[in-house]
Amino acid sequence: MKTLTALFKNNIRDYGMLIALIAVMVFFQVQTKGVLFRPVNITNLVLQNSYVVTMALGMLLIIVSGWIDLSVGSVVAVVGALAGVLMVRYDINWVVVVAISLLVGAAIGAFQGYWVAYLKIPSFIVTLAGFLMFRGLTIALLQGESVGPFPRGFQNISSGFIPDIFNGKGFHITTILIGMILSFILIWLDIRTRKNQQKYGFEVTPFYFFVIKNIGITAAVMGLCYLMASYKGLPNVLVLLFALIAAYAFMTSQTVIGRRIYAMGGNVKAAMLSGVNTTRLLFYTFVNMGVLAAVAGLIVAARLNSATPNAGDGMELDVIAACFIGGASPTGGVGKVIGAVVGAFLIGVLNNGMSIMGVGIDWQKVVKGIVLLLAVLFDVYNKNKNA
Amino acid sequence: MSDVILEMRNITKTFPGVKALNNVSFSVTQGEIHALVGENGAGKSTLMNVLSGVYPYGTYDGEIYFQGKECRFRDITESEKVGLVIIHQELALIPFLSVAENLFLGNERAKNGVIDWNESISKTAELLDRVGLHESPNTLITNMGVGKQQLVEIAKALAKEVKLLILDEPTASLNETDSEKLLELLLQFKAHGISSILISHKLSEVNKVADSITILRDGATIETLDCRKDTITEDRIIRGMVGRDLTHRFPPREKNIGEVIFEVRDWNVYHPLHEDRKVSTNVNITVRKGEVVGLSGLMGAGRTELAMSIFGHAYGTRISGTAYKHGKEIDISTIDKAIANGIAYATEDRKAYGLVLIQEVKNNITLANLEEISSRQVINEPQEMRVTGEYRDKLNIKCSSIRQLALNLSGGNQQKVVLSKWLFANPEILILDEPTRGIDVGAKYEIYTIINRLAGEGKGIILISSELPEILGVCDRIYVMRDGKIVGEMLASEASQEKVMKYIMTQQEVMEQ
Repeated sequence: MKTLTALFKNNIRDYGMLIALIAVMVFFQVQTKGVLFRPVNITNLVLQNSYVVTMALGMLLIIVSGWIDLSVGSVVAVVGALAGVLMVRYDINWVVVVAISLLVGAAIGAFQGYWVAYLKIPSFIVTLAGFLMFRGLTIALLQGESVGPFPRGFQNISSGFIPDIFNGKGFHITTILIGMILSFILIWLDIRTRKNQQKYGFEVTPFYFFVIKNIGITAAVMGLCYLMASYKGLPNVLVLLFALIAAYAFMTSQTVIGRRIYAMGGNVKAAMLSGVNTTRLLFYTFVNMGVLAAVAGLIVAARLNSATPNAGDGMELDVIAACFIGGASPTGGVGKVIGAVVGAFLIGVLNNGMSIMGVGIDWQKVVKGIVLLLAVLFDVYNKNKNA
Repeated sequence: MSDVILEMRNITKTFPGVKALNNVSFSVTQGEIHALVGENGAGKSTLMNVLSGVYPYGTYDGEIYFQGKECRFRDITESEKVGLVIIHQELALIPFLSVAENLFLGNERAKNGVIDWNESISKTAELLDRVGLHESPNTLITNMGVGKQQLVEIAKALAKEVKLLILDEPTASLNETDSEKLLELLLQFKAHGISSILISHKLSEVNKVADSITILRDGATIETLDCRKDTITEDRIIRGMVGRDLTHRFPPREKNIGEVIFEVRDWNVYHPLHEDRKVSTNVNITVRKGEVVGLSGLMGAGRTELAMSIFGHAYGTRISGTAYKHGKEIDISTIDKAIANGIAYATEDRKAYGLVLIQEVKNNITLANLEEISSRQVINEPQEMRVTGEYRDKLNIKCSSIRQLALNLSGGNQQKVVLSKWLFANPEILILDEPTRGIDVGAKYEIYTIINRLAGEGKGIILISSELPEILGVCDRIYVMRDGKIVGEMLASEASQEKVMKYIMTQQEVMEQ
């Protein structure tokens, strides 16, 4: 029992937020009399939050590097506007438009990254300028109006579902199958990590805890897939999201680039003197953010089926809050992808739950602000206790 | 018995997993200089942090009596209020504020919240005079050298009406002259009835000024020696610190010096901000296979600047000159190119430049050579654990696990992590900048052993050190630097402290005359 307490203490940040997320979900499930976990609502929840999660992945890297990006909401808007104008006014094939949009996102990231990394202007200022410029460009591009509707194929990015190859008649069998495969992969990875740790004599979690943890994860994955399967199956966006989360979780924890980003955020001079080209690395961190903001911009445009001048307004705040709620440190060097994802979903569930309950947008913002403060307080408190 | 000003009784302090202090008792009498010595990790700093309230009452066991009253400090302000001032190794001055502003920071001379500048300035001048520092109270801290900053810290302590001054490694970053001055000052204070606790690794200093010496080892008091009664030799102190006799301070080495493997010719470097100021002028140095080359000189002589400019132009602008390895010219214009060409530079400031403190030991060791443990950009973690485990054993790094954070290691062990990082990068030429600064006798010996082993493996080593005995004891050949120029070169076998000092000082004396 002692080891379990110690284990919990050491990982309180990781588990704490997950427990908070579950608690908030249960609370809203009760308060909304079961609406929250309805298949259609769960599907909506995922769709509504996909862009925040997408951008949180890029923002996490920037925050871990020790910087910030305030412009992502405006980038979402300008990319959506550009895509809309190209598809509707110029009638360009939507696949080509997606490719152009991603390139433009990269160019925007490169522009801001150049100012931050090479010209050494603080990112707060550079991206505040970007925040204004890209919003202005959006309005100019759209001439103040909404542009739409879009071709079916483009809309499907957001509102489409994966096809069911088994034709389960109202129950999406492919979804269940994907869920099972995913569960197996997760269990296999966990077993492999555990074996490695044992091999090198590291303390591992007690076996019963390991079993319970994996049962929990499997239950969550399968539960989610079951809910999705009984509606229309897995949304395309969710598949994209899974792929992105897996790729970024892998990148941050297992690759040379990930290791270097954390080193740069932890001590930029030590990283530089160890041969890490910190200037270039920081530059590419911003390019990456630009691309992910473009992805989010496309998802938003596809979901609304129009490009609007105020798309993505205030979104940067949700994205940044997700990272900090997920345990990233404002001074850099600390933060996990999974944390940012949990943070994003916590905000998403709050938004969704409160909307169902009929809480106004005014009080929603107050509640989100309080949650952000509490999460960071929790961090600071834990840090001081361990010091 | 003279009056005891401070008594700490049965202090025990535990951190998760370690007992840092175990039933330590320690007392200081009125008006003495009491030295506290011990190896890194022996618990000196922890003890002082308990004393000054950094670790508040309740987080440790035991009692503290100051001037006969029991003290239960909750933070530093409370301990300062009774006249207990600690000056940390890392100076706590604000660089862009003036001396006067720093002196009265948190202790401002003010009426109703409005600062009385006249009083502040005149009081500052008075305090500076007491510490023998002739600077205007309006000078910005950033424009002063480390030696003077240290004096400002002491003046700051005086401003708080200090009764017991605690100095944690005050001379670690000072040159000989400044150190001398500082110790002189302590003796003056003693004459005025101010007691001090001096934590130092430099035993010659301890011997010079201390009235009594308390030795800590592994979190426990070993003994308190009284220097007023009998003379205590350095060897006697070392024996107490390490628990054994240390016959040689420098391990012997089988010398096997080969051909020249690295050479720098006509190296010129300019200051990065003041672009017309030259920091290295026409420097020529060579390093042979299996040779340890010393780079001696005063602080500010340009040794670190030279080393860093060679290491991938990490310092300076308008760098000119050529570098050769095995007779062939090599490109060292960026740090990754320098590393790829087999050059490594272990910094003098391990906390600021050497380590990512918030990361694991393992990640720090592999940072400069991630390619070695990865394939196609993906890190092979089992392999990483295996190799870092090997370095931990080989260099005897004391850590609970290679996953411990670098932050929580003692100075000597942090230094070994920095060394491991560069050994793992597998260089041919290794530049070590003050590798034993601020670490204890036992760890120093281990570092020297590592240097010997590397030389034995045929690597070329450049050792920058401010401690002459170290340069003489470890190196084969010595360069002396002054004002960014090489002013002397000699074989260690023909060198002596006096001879090196003569090269270091001559020019300055000429200029002063």
